This record gives sequence, C-alpha cells and structure tokens, in this order.
Amino acid sequence: MARKPRVKVPKSAKKGDVILIKTLAPHKMETGQRKNKKTGKKIPRLIINKFDVTFNGKEVVSADLHPAIAANPYLAFNYRVVESGTFKFVWTDDKGKTVTVEKSLKAG
Amino acid sequence: MRHTIKVAFVALFVFGLALGNFSSTGVKAAGMEKMTETDKRAKDPRNKNYRVGDKASGYVYMTSQTRDMQDDDFSNPAFTWVDLGESLWKKVQGSAGKSCFSCHNSASFSMKGAANNFPRYDSNRKRLISLQHKINDELTKKMGAKKWKWESTNMLGMAAYIKLQSRGKPVTVQIGGKAKPFFEKGKKFFNQRRGLLDMACKHCHVDNAGNMARSNVLSEAQVNGFPTYRFKWQKPGSLHRRFIGCNKNIRAKPYKRGSEEYTNLELYMAWRSSGLKWETPAVRN
Repeated sequence: MARKPRVKVPKSAKKGDVILIKTLAPHKMETGQRKNKKTGKKIPRLIINKFDVTFNGKEVVSADLHPAIAANPYLAFNYRVVESGTFKFVWTDDKGKTVTVEKSLKAG
Repeated sequence: MRHTIKVAFVALFVFGLALGNFSSTGVKAAGMEKMTETDKRAKDPRNKNYRVGDKASGYVYMTSQTRDMQDDDFSNPAFTWVDLGESLWKKVQGSAGKSCFSCHNSASFSMKGAANNFPRYDSNRKRLISLQHKINDELTKKMGAKKWKWESTNMLGMAAYIKLQSRGKPVTVQIGGKAKPFFEKGKKFFNQRRGLLDMACKHCHVDNAGNMARSNVLSEAQVNGFPTYRFKWQKPGSLHRRFIGCNKNIRAKPYKRGSEEYTNLELYMAWRSSGLKWETPAVRN
C-alpha cells in the first residue's frame, strides 16, 4: 500500500480571494548519482519530473522538476478564486507513473 | 616611543579579550554580533512548551527550520505515513474479515493515551512488549492477517497514527509490578559501557547533552517523539532503529529490532521522558 500525496485546499472561499494551496508528494526522488554500496552500481534516476494542476480542465500550475529537489517535494502556490470547481493535481515520475488527486473548491 | 606602542598593544589585546569574554556570556548588546546557532536554539520562545522541570525534549535541540516543519502538520513529512496508518485502521484485512476499526472504533477516541501503555508486560511471552509487538499480535491472532515487519511502511504508519492520538498528553508509563525487573534491566543497559568506544548511553545523553558530537548537538535522548521523522533517514523510524544507530556509533554490536534488550531499554527511556508531552510524529535531524 503506497502512501498518498497530501493536498491542502480550503473547502470554500470568497470570489476574488487569493488562497494558498499546499501539496506534498511522498517520493524518494532518487537522483541517479548515488551508488549501491554493495554492488558499486549506480542507482538509476527516479524522480517526479512533472507536476500539473488544472482547475475545471484549465491549467493553473505546471512545473518541471529536476534532480537536486529533495525527497517528498513540497510545492505550494497561490490561486485567485473565480468560480466553484475541481482541482486536479497530477504528479508524473520518470517511469511514467502518475498519481492524481482531486479536490473541490466552493466559491461563495 | 616604541615602548608605549607596545604597552598600548598589550592594553588593546587585554581589552579585546575582555570584550570577547563578555560576548560569550551574552552581556554584549543584542544585534552587535550575529547570534550563534546554539544561542538561537536556546532562546527560541517555543521552548517553554517542550521543557518540563530539568528535562528538555529533542525539539529544543533542533534548528528553527526543523521546528517549523514539526509545528505545521502539513509540512511534517511523517504525516504521509500517518495518513497511511489512518487508512489501514479502517482497512479490512485477514481471514477474520475485520479491521482495527471494527473492534476499536475510532482511533481518535479509543487510542487516546495508548502510547503510555507501552512497553508493558506480556504474560504469554513473559517479557515486555512494545506497541509494534501488540500491533502484530492483533494482526495475527485476532484478524488472521500477516504480520508486518518492524520497520515496514505499514508498521511505521500504524505506530505513528496510534501514538499521534496521544499527542499533547504527558508521558506516564507504568514501571511497577511485573515490569519492574525489566525496567531495572533497561536502566542497567542505559548505564552500561559497551562497544569499542566503551561508552554508555548516559555518557552522551546525560553528561554531555547540549554539547556537540562532531557537527551534531547531543540531545537528552527523550523518546516522546517516536516514531520520528529523521532527515538522515528521509523517513520516520522506530525507536529501536535509533538504538541500533546509536549502538553502531559507539562501535557496539546492535541488537535486533523488537529484541528484549531494546524493549527493556525503551521502557526505561520512556520513564526518563515522564512529564514531557508526546510529540509523535516529531521531526529531527
């Protein structure tokens, strides 16, 4: 059973307000520089390389991640509330595996 | 002329020394010199909640950035494990078709203060058991499920989730009755020299708490934050994993996780932390 990302979005906000959205994805973020101590072979890179956020299908934030970003990347951003809808957070790693979290926001 | 210059130099030198002494005792006005990291840690206003009597939680010895991480549940990375523990609490597993929830109901109610019940004497094993032993007992005997490894993600998550319910309550473990001889063994372990360096736990964590061991500040080895997220591990770890690390540092052969020796030690150390508040899951370096 894998651990799930944590996402903090206020349940409701006033229209025009700027809200802070926090995300934390559990991931090892293997840089590709480390060696296996026993075999001496390099451990292949395995990091989250892309982070996308859409709101009602429209892009809000998109980030390319690179090595040297610490394990369990914490990403936060501000968002101006326009309408009610659903946020969709997608993390993609080097193997193409994606993790998706959806959170709804009520604009009042 | 030459002589007077020399005298002046000496005078300056002495004056400088005096100033230096003053600054180290903190008499010098604030802002004139940059505060050292140790000073910053000692003067953090948050400390007062983490000191009881002459005891100080490991929190007091951490940098302000580390404290910030622990103070905010969202930025505390251990909470991804806690979330997992929460989902496991309600997950039906094993042949009995039960989850933890089916007997114990909501953990926020039933597991409140449970952290103080362990380690405790177990009449079947005739020794002390930790929370992790108890979780495995429940899994195998009552739920008919497979047991978890001590340091597995599931176990860490569940242990952290259960102990989280006691957060903010003071540590009070029972050391009397049948646990008494085991407590004494734990105490002996703590004060017993071992390893190539011939050091006991107390030599660092009682005699030298607050001093540096290479680049690290030695803490008082209070156990109120375990399972603790450590930056070194990049994940939370059990108290017994920490024991292993400590034992290796003094070049002693470590015992196994869940061994009787470590469980006895765990009881003694939990008793040492009495009065401090549970902080699980804490963040440490």
